Amino acid sequence: MSGPVSPRLLRSLLPPLSLAAILIAIFYLQPRTMSYFGLNLLLNLAVPIALATIAQMFILCVNELDLSIGGFVSLVACITATWLHDTPLLGVAALAGLIAAYAGLGALIHLRNLPSIVVTLGMSFVWLGLAVLVLPTPGGKAPDYIRALMTLKPALVPFPIIAAVGLALVVHLFIMRSAWGTVLRGAGGNPRSLERAGWSLLRIKMTMFALAGFFGVLSGMALVGLTTSADANIALRYTLLSIAGVILGGGEFVGGRISPIGAVIGAMTLALAGSFLSFLRLNPDWQIGAQGAILIIVLALRVLISRAETRT
Amino acid sequence: MRIKAKATVLATVGAMAVMAGQGVLAETADKRIALSNNYAGNSWRQAMLRSWEKVTGQAVADGQVAAADAFTTAENQVTEQAAQIQNLILQGYDAIVINAASPEGLNGAVKEACDAGVTVVSFDGIVTEPCAWRIAVDFKQMGKDEVLYLAERLPDGGNLLEIRGLAGVFVDDAISAGIHEGVAETGKFEIVGSVHGNWAQDVAQKAVAGILPSLPEIVGVVTQGGDGYGAAQAIAATGRDMPVIVMGNRHDELTWWKEQKDANGYETMSVSIAPGVSTLAFWVAQQILDGQDVPKDLTVPFLRIDQDTLEDSLANTEAGGVANVEYSLEDAKGVIAGAM
Repeated sequence: MSGPVSPRLLRSLLPPLSLAAILIAIFYLQPRTMSYFGLNLLLNLAVPIALATIAQMFILCVNELDLSIGGFVSLVACITATWLHDTPLLGVAALAGLIAAYAGLGALIHLRNLPSIVVTLGMSFVWLGLAVLVLPTPGGKAPDYIRALMTLKPALVPFPIIAAVGLALVVHLFIMRSAWGTVLRGAGGNPRSLERAGWSLLRIKMTMFALAGFFGVLSGMALVGLTTSADANIALRYTLLSIAGVILGGGEFVGGRISPIGAVIGAMTLALAGSFLSFLRLNPDWQIGAQGAILIIVLALRVLISRAETRT
Repeated sequence: MRIKAKATVLATVGAMAVMAGQGVLAETADKRIALSNNYAGNSWRQAMLRSWEKVTGQAVADGQVAAADAFTTAENQVTEQAAQIQNLILQGYDAIVINAASPEGLNGAVKEACDAGVTVVSFDGIVTEPCAWRIAVDFKQMGKDEVLYLAERLPDGGNLLEIRGLAGVFVDDAISAGIHEGVAETGKFEIVGSVHGNWAQDVAQKAVAGILPSLPEIVGVVTQGGDGYGAAQAIAATGRDMPVIVMGNRHDELTWWKEQKDANGYETMSVSIAPGVSTLAFWVAQQILDGQDVPKDLTVPFLRIDQDTLEDSLANTEAGGVANVEYSLEDAKGVIAGAM
């Protein structure tokens, strides 16, 4: 019953194929995008989304869900545009404190056995409130080095592509290839056996949440580097985008099944889907629905492939 | 025969257009202008988009510009609109007219547009990036105008009730600051009460009904728009003498005013910003593309309705909507000249 291509291969090929399909469609609709300048504009806002998606992936990996990442990235953006710019030391301390707070959330969720959805939903309001306190009215200024990094124009390959490939490879090597990564993933896949083997689940959860916090911080900084200033509501959409990005890239809500390369590709695909729909001149009332439809189509394809997988 | 007739008509239309625009139109005939809008969920924004469609549709038909397309983001989010602006750059528009989701958050995308040689004009929700043009609303002056009108109407002065907007929004602070400045300058009035009406009739009605029993006699009510009808209902329910309530161009406010005017000669005025300001931004963008020297900061004229213009304005305002006016190329030139 197995066809010429094995379902397992098809499954891992699905995210890059969907990205390629949407990219080709965009090139066809708007040939102007097929240039260094075009790709740069098309993809630069996908970089912070990809970072937030990686953050979400770490949380999903240990079988939890983070509904606060959008608010968290907004808060980081506000701190980056104010404290990190005006008093770098205070800014760095605040950002480090935020990562520690994320690790603390991981500990809280693990020790008290709380549902992460409830905890992070509550935290999303805390982050948003803090963001408004830090930056009551939109404004602030991106530190020059971040702005310079995000507007870098390297020769030949646009910066967003280099950033995305680099991000995907680094996280892939760490979580999929290193011994440490295997243990961390195991905590999501089979926590009981890991605990029996003598690992501290508490420390693993805290590590994963801290990693998520770290990438959330990078996301917020990258975002401010692009927008030049911040707004307390700047990244609220990232919560849904990051979850959809992980799933689109081949991850699953069941812990342990993740793919960093897929997650980055998923984030890129989602960001491009928005541009694709706007190049199509689709009525905005339909755009959210159409974005959802793209997601459903890809997921439906995956279910079909999974079915073929179990049959062989 | 038919083709010939059509050609004659076209030639006539073309000649008329050139005459109307004093021959400067050819310069922008191949230019394309896009509208980037962050929100379309209330009657003001709907009217704004309709005005854009009407005026720019005509401009495209007249050959003044090649295209003028409106884009609204699916969600009212900064990141969405930044991506939308970048997409518009890629689509090769010569100018982008923006009603922004955030005054600061879009600066990166606006800078990208300027660097790519695209003219950016922001209005209503303006952006602070220095390379963009801004057509801003002087809300403070609007508040002050209300008090100046009252000072003219009520030479003896008296007590005023102030209805404010949504707490924490800068528009509310600006209008209120203007009102207080006007009160201090004229020296005739005292604001004896202040409530938040959230720019909504039902909220304003409840708030005014709540504070009225504690107030002395009031001669005027200064408002921010959207709250005048609710205030009138609350005051009417107590049987007090009706003070002069400044209205905010909403259909229900104008309707009530008209009823009172017919019944007992009630006199007031109404002021707000016309949603058609989008068309002013369009013409400003067209003028910039045409090579005209346009100052970076322009101010939107208010749409003021007085006793004698009430009937006309009401007739042109649809139920549930807000009074509107569409701007012409001449109006835009006037605004630009005024800012020079």
